[in-house]
Amino acid sequence: MPVVTYDNTDIPVDDEGFFTEPARWTEPMAEQVAKEAGIDTLTERHWIVIRFMRAQYAAKGTGPTVRVLGKTSGVSVKELYQLFPKGPAKTAAKIAGIPKPRGCI
Amino acid sequence: MGKHIVILGGGTAGTMAANRLCRTYDRSECRITVVDQNDDHLYQPGLLFVPFGLAQPRHLVRSRPRQLAPAVDYKMARIDRVDLDARTVRLAGGVRLSYDVLVVATGATLLPEETDGLTGPGWREKVFTFYDLPGAAGLRRALEVFEGGRLVIDVADLPLKCPVAPLEFAFLADWYFQQRGIRDRVELTYVTPLDGAFTQPVAAGALGGLLKDKGIELVTEFALGEVDGEGGRLVSYDEREVPFDLAVVVPLHGGAAYVERSEGLGDELGFVPVDPHTLQLPGRPEVFAIGDAAGLPASKAGSVAHFEGEVLVHNIGRHLAGQPLDASFDGHANCFVETGFHKALLIDFNYDTEPLSGHFPGPVGLPLLKESRAAHLGKLAFEWLYWHSLLPGRELPGIGSAMPEHGKRRIFH
Ligand SMILES: Cc1cc2nc3c(=O)[nH]c(=O)nc-3n(C[C@H](O)[C@H](O)[C@H](O)COP(=O)(O)OP(=O)(O)OC[C@H]3O[C@@H](n4cnc5c(N)ncnc54)[C@H](O)[C@@H]3O)c2cc1C
Repeated sequence: MPVVTYDNTDIPVDDEGFFTEPARWTEPMAEQVAKEAGIDTLTERHWIVIRFMRAQYAAKGTGPTVRVLGKTSGVSVKELYQLFPKGPAKTAAKIAGIPKPRGCI
Repeated sequence: MGKHIVILGGGTAGTMAANRLCRTYDRSECRITVVDQNDDHLYQPGLLFVPFGLAQPRHLVRSRPRQLAPAVDYKMARIDRVDLDARTVRLAGGVRLSYDVLVVATGATLLPEETDGLTGPGWREKVFTFYDLPGAAGLRRALEVFEGGRLVIDVADLPLKCPVAPLEFAFLADWYFQQRGIRDRVELTYVTPLDGAFTQPVAAGALGGLLKDKGIELVTEFALGEVDGEGGRLVSYDEREVPFDLAVVVPLHGGAAYVERSEGLGDELGFVPVDPHTLQLPGRPEVFAIGDAAGLPASKAGSVAHFEGEVLVHNIGRHLAGQPLDASFDGHANCFVETGFHKALLIDFNYDTEPLSGHFPGPVGLPLLKESRAAHLGKLAFEWLYWHSLLPGRELPGIGSAMPEHGKRRIFH
């Protein structure tokens, strides 16, 4: 399993770079992951989504899809795409240090 | 005193479950009530064929109560709300039903108005869905007068019922225009929010290959944000555009509105988040959900409702007897994928195993993941089976809830 270094800590990730152990995530790591995903600064609006992703993961064991995020996070789908241009659910999950959201079929 | 089992929804799943339960219990043990908002049972798989003139709308609808065993009480009413604590269902008009066991089988609802512009200018003129009867019939007229240009098939988002139906539509459109002799004047494009033609890699490969062979362009990872009917454009949230002369859109799906209104019953999209194996609502052992209404990582398909039914009836029996549940649903689904030119291919999968090649249901059977005439005949025969065997709740010999493994070629990644 690949290991990357964020915030001077070795973090195991999956092949696509998603955290496999969400408990090891810290807020400073989010900034670094975001930069790698092409997002230079995390604004308060980004943080609303990141915290929401973590809370949902803790409650349900998987991160929400974009549609569910749009309905429940207080940030519309349109704005989610502005904040996280390439696939908001996946990008936000990566920055929030949780595994890739399981989509539905 | 007999128990009262209330089944909400008398579509594919509710009807099959009611008829199966009826065979298991006599009236003194269990009273079974089915509630639905109308009396017309629609054979939904037939909707795919209507736009191409291969099925007549009037042949797809039959009386809903007549599909139910005589011992089932049928109530035609709109469901307004479920009160889980009081174990009652409130119907529009104020009638209340109390239940010992509740089965939610109210399916999935189409939500075209949730996508900007989808039901705006051009709706039902050059923007259609074939997922309901008026839409499928309107699309038939639009296809008849279509003399060339860009026809785009778009899936707005997941989940959707019968995830293969939009692909089948694309394959049949290719066939239809060839038969009309104008295929060279029609550009066909398949647009999906997924990163391939289908969810699971092996099936996505096979189905994507078919799109390619048939000259159908594939646009992936397209999250539909807006439909501009007047300008003839689909616009994604990340501001990509797909132009069209005729658009066939599968709208967003949600659960029935009353599920969202009923506290503790639904998830954010109005589906019932039951245990994927027991089909029971966590914390409410007397509440089950099956069919499209269930929020499961399984396909929303009639075949899934059929396989779930077997597990449901067994588990309701155990629950009523005060025993722990022991039947477990594995997510089994199988779908015939119509590919045009009198051919189809069959896919068979479950929660853990993606569609594989080989044969179904055993080594001697229909080829899997490969086009054949036999699978096409299977798809056509399915309509008869639906009304005469599946809805009455009969078992199909050799085809059980658990996904068969023999006859399949395993693929190791
Ligand atoms: C175009 C198309 C093609 C398909 N092809 C296939 C196929 O080839 N194979 C396959 O297996 N599946 C196919 N399906 C999917 C299949 O039809 C559904 O998965 C199946 O019907 C699900 O059954 P259900 O009972 O859960 O929902 P439904 O059959 O939709 O029944 C739900 C019922 O609940 C009722 N209801 C909803 N809300 C309320 C309310 N508030 N009050 C009262 N009643 C209410 C509705 O009137 C309806 O009768 C297809 C679907 C479509 C649209």
